[in-house]
Amino acid sequence: MTIWISLTGRETITSSKSVTTSFVSIDRVVIVGASLAGLRAAEALRDDGFTGHLTLIGNEPWEPYDRPPLSKSVLAGWLPIDHTTLPQLRDIQAEWILGVAAVGLDRQNHQVHLADGRLVDFDRLLIATGTRARPWVNQEEAALDGVFTLRTREDSSRLSTRLASGPKHVLVIGGGFTGSEVASVCRELGLPVTLAERGPTPLVGALGQAAGTVFAKWQRQYGVDLRCNVTVMALEGDTQGRLRRARLSDGDVLEIDVAVVALGAIRNVEWLHDAKLAADTRGVACDASCRAFDEDGMVTDDIFVAGDVARWPNPLYNGMLLSVEHWGNAVEQAKTAAHNMVCVPSERRPHKYLPAFWSNQFGVNIKSVGLPTIADEIVLTQGTAEERRFVAVYGQKGRIVAALAVNAPLLLPAYQALIEARAPFPPELYAADGPLKLRPVSAGFLPHGHTTHSPGAASTGPGPSTPEVQPIGKDADMLADPRIPLGPKSL
Amino acid sequence: MTQRYPHNKLFEEILDPANRHNPYPLYAQLRETPISQQEDGTYVVSTYREIEALLYDPRISSDQRKSTRGPPLKFRVRQREPEGSLPFVFLDPPDHNRLRRVVMHQFTPERVEGMRDYVIPLVDELLDAQRNRSQLDIVDDFAHPLPVRVISKMLGLPLEDRSRFEVWVSALVRTLEPPQNVSGEAEVEQRASQAAMQMKEYLRGLVTIRRDRPGDDLISALVVSTSHEDAGQMNEQEILASLQLLTLAGYETTVNSITNGVLTLLRNLDVLARLQRNPDMVIRTVEEVLRYEPPVQYLTRTTLTDINIADVTIPKGATVVLLLASGNRDPARFPDPDHFDPDRIDNEHFGFGRGIHYCVGAPLARMETHIALNALVRRLVNPRLVADPPPYRELASLRGPQHLAVAFDSLSD
Amino acid sequence: MKIVVDLNRCLSYGQCVFAAPNVFRFRGEQSLEYDYNPADELRIQVERAAAACPVRAISIGKDEHDDLDLTHRKGDYNEQ
Repeated sequence: MTIWISLTGRETITSSKSVTTSFVSIDRVVIVGASLAGLRAAEALRDDGFTGHLTLIGNEPWEPYDRPPLSKSVLAGWLPIDHTTLPQLRDIQAEWILGVAAVGLDRQNHQVHLADGRLVDFDRLLIATGTRARPWVNQEEAALDGVFTLRTREDSSRLSTRLASGPKHVLVIGGGFTGSEVASVCRELGLPVTLAERGPTPLVGALGQAAGTVFAKWQRQYGVDLRCNVTVMALEGDTQGRLRRARLSDGDVLEIDVAVVALGAIRNVEWLHDAKLAADTRGVACDASCRAFDEDGMVTDDIFVAGDVARWPNPLYNGMLLSVEHWGNAVEQAKTAAHNMVCVPSERRPHKYLPAFWSNQFGVNIKSVGLPTIADEIVLTQGTAEERRFVAVYGQKGRIVAALAVNAPLLLPAYQALIEARAPFPPELYAADGPLKLRPVSAGFLPHGHTTHSPGAASTGPGPSTPEVQPIGKDADMLADPRIPLGPKSL
Repeated sequence: MTQRYPHNKLFEEILDPANRHNPYPLYAQLRETPISQQEDGTYVVSTYREIEALLYDPRISSDQRKSTRGPPLKFRVRQREPEGSLPFVFLDPPDHNRLRRVVMHQFTPERVEGMRDYVIPLVDELLDAQRNRSQLDIVDDFAHPLPVRVISKMLGLPLEDRSRFEVWVSALVRTLEPPQNVSGEAEVEQRASQAAMQMKEYLRGLVTIRRDRPGDDLISALVVSTSHEDAGQMNEQEILASLQLLTLAGYETTVNSITNGVLTLLRNLDVLARLQRNPDMVIRTVEEVLRYEPPVQYLTRTTLTDINIADVTIPKGATVVLLLASGNRDPARFPDPDHFDPDRIDNEHFGFGRGIHYCVGAPLARMETHIALNALVRRLVNPRLVADPPPYRELASLRGPQHLAVAFDSLSD
Repeated sequence: MKIVVDLNRCLSYGQCVFAAPNVFRFRGEQSLEYDYNPADELRIQVERAAAACPVRAISIGKDEHDDLDLTHRKGDYNEQ
């Protein structure tokens, strides 16, 4: 089988062997998680010739839908919520179990336990349960009317309705991609909005302070009341349980009626609690073929992982186990896992995903390729921040590891090639719209756990048995509590 | 048995008019070396992967004034006037971006879609004129007049002046060829410079008229916008250069996508029959024509610094030819590339280029070609080629038949 | 009909906006937003958009393909 990989990262299969010689006999495949990864895995299974029984289990009652628009066009009121259902790219002939959560996995008997008591048998299992939004730490405050998280279509629908009703002041807690996009929509709708971020800039988790400083400026230009190095200490409600106020660590008390909690994501691994897999808050560890590891570091034969919930070794980053919340990874890893589930071992292929994500906010398109979070330096290579169009490259120990394109998506493919080639940093480009002299600066990433939003992509240790990294120099509880400020962190 | 040539002479052979009707075996030979340095020092890139990489590479420049050879003919003829401006297709960022953005602000989906109601009846009118004939020249009777009228209408160029434009445009288009193809270069340069100046003078007059009384055409829109929302983004010389570019592109490219499309369909009658049965197939068919017989065969670039690619170092200031039509036939990218197959999946061809210089007019060209091919296939009863291969235009870069004689039994409604 | 755009592949060429302006549009200069569920009457426009995309970022749900002479499965093609 020849696979041609284009500059833009897609695989095109240019020839394939007959299905009967490359196939393992499997009767039942179960996919737990009926979102993007689950759906694409189901399609890939059928594409790869699997003809047995296929079950898709999802805890939400909806057919798979796309999440990115939930914090953008749905929230803005432009896209109706039921217009987010994902297209099925082919017939999958699956048994759908929607609105029922998986609550346990019995590996010995090859069964998934469902919340309604059912047991679902499998020959092969794909774990694609993804993540959920981290709720506000204080449960009482979180239950106030007006406090929202944003992950599901129901969340988006409710929040969109609330924003359309013209709240007096919105507070967004957490300045990652989700929080920033929500703040952007609020400004589009003409709503006063405060964004509180514990780190020194918005997007510092994913893109570092140097880039984050640019975005901070733009947010303010758009009218966001941006508070960095600030946390929300408490949310207060009235006697009817409606949100009324927020107390910030800078001493300010805001009169607010809507708070959007955008503190990152929690991997949905609780249902695997007794399964003795290498599963923890970082996700489920798997090998390059997406087979799950057990807690002893042994790879399983019949359990695969794909999407936000997976951690897998990425060859481009020295085999470090990578965990991303990327749309592109959900799609690619689902296809790889599905293929590897049903083919003969000699035809398995490794999951070789180059991290890539995008965001649209404050009138700009932000795209990134590679893994910025491991970088120590960043340099502007094309365009300027003033013209709101630029490309910046991230380097780690003298090698290019990522690139960031703002309002310049057409420029990114060239950098993808440099990243894959591990080209030297800073790159010698002499671009026509580049600065006369490249001036690398510190990228400004914070130690693990310091931000109150998801970095979106994280290197999570070199092996499946590597324990979770403990934050250095601070009490772990303090860092885990998003209400506790850390003080300014300068470059 | 195809003649084999030494690699460093292959581009010369490709430019030779004798090979115009079928350069593809020569492209195949060239592809044995992705980047091939020619006798005259030009680097020719013939494989898909490398062409794509270079089209996105920021070290590649469209501004050939930066090449060690200096500005080629097509640049020199536009710079005779003291403030003569180059069209944005010949410029790099940031100027390219600034100018293209201003044009794109007016070359909108609404404006392009608005041309549909002009194109459809025009296509039928051109065909109606062929009633009571048994043969037509697709080029002269159809594929050339159609885009000329469409761009004239869109820009707001008076149709009665089109013969003047034809003269200017042909003089300018001759300069697109590399030196070895241009005999009597001095004379060509002289005539083209004169044509460029006369055309700009004419356009200047038109711009002045529209400034006083704007219409709903593109020239009016550009003139108005550069006084208001895009003020300071494009001076008058730049407006004239942009208009000259749009006119030239409108006159000289779509004619080939239509003609190449007809020729290919008449050589693949099974596809023609499918298209007759299912007109919606024209969408994919046109994409496959753009791959199979692209109207623009190659682009010329220079380098801003040394570039290492495919085990070759292209030095700074080199002249680089990106052979789009060869990349489109690269078996490493397109399975069975020499098979014309509208059902092809993953047809990411170079028909309109790639990267920041991607063809501005692509949406208009697609619309015209869709409508044109559907109408021809629907209305010409029993169409067949009179001569295969047909005679070709001399141009190697903008490649298409000079005439395409097609016989037919009758014209249906 | 249902569609999805791979916004990682998307480089904002904008050919889709020209082909189906009621389905695709730019927010700011380079941010594509689109309706995942365009009305069936817009089918041809969406087909044009998918074909015109230089990076093939647009996928159309399979229900729609069956109607046209465009049905195509990977296996069929590779048999040559």
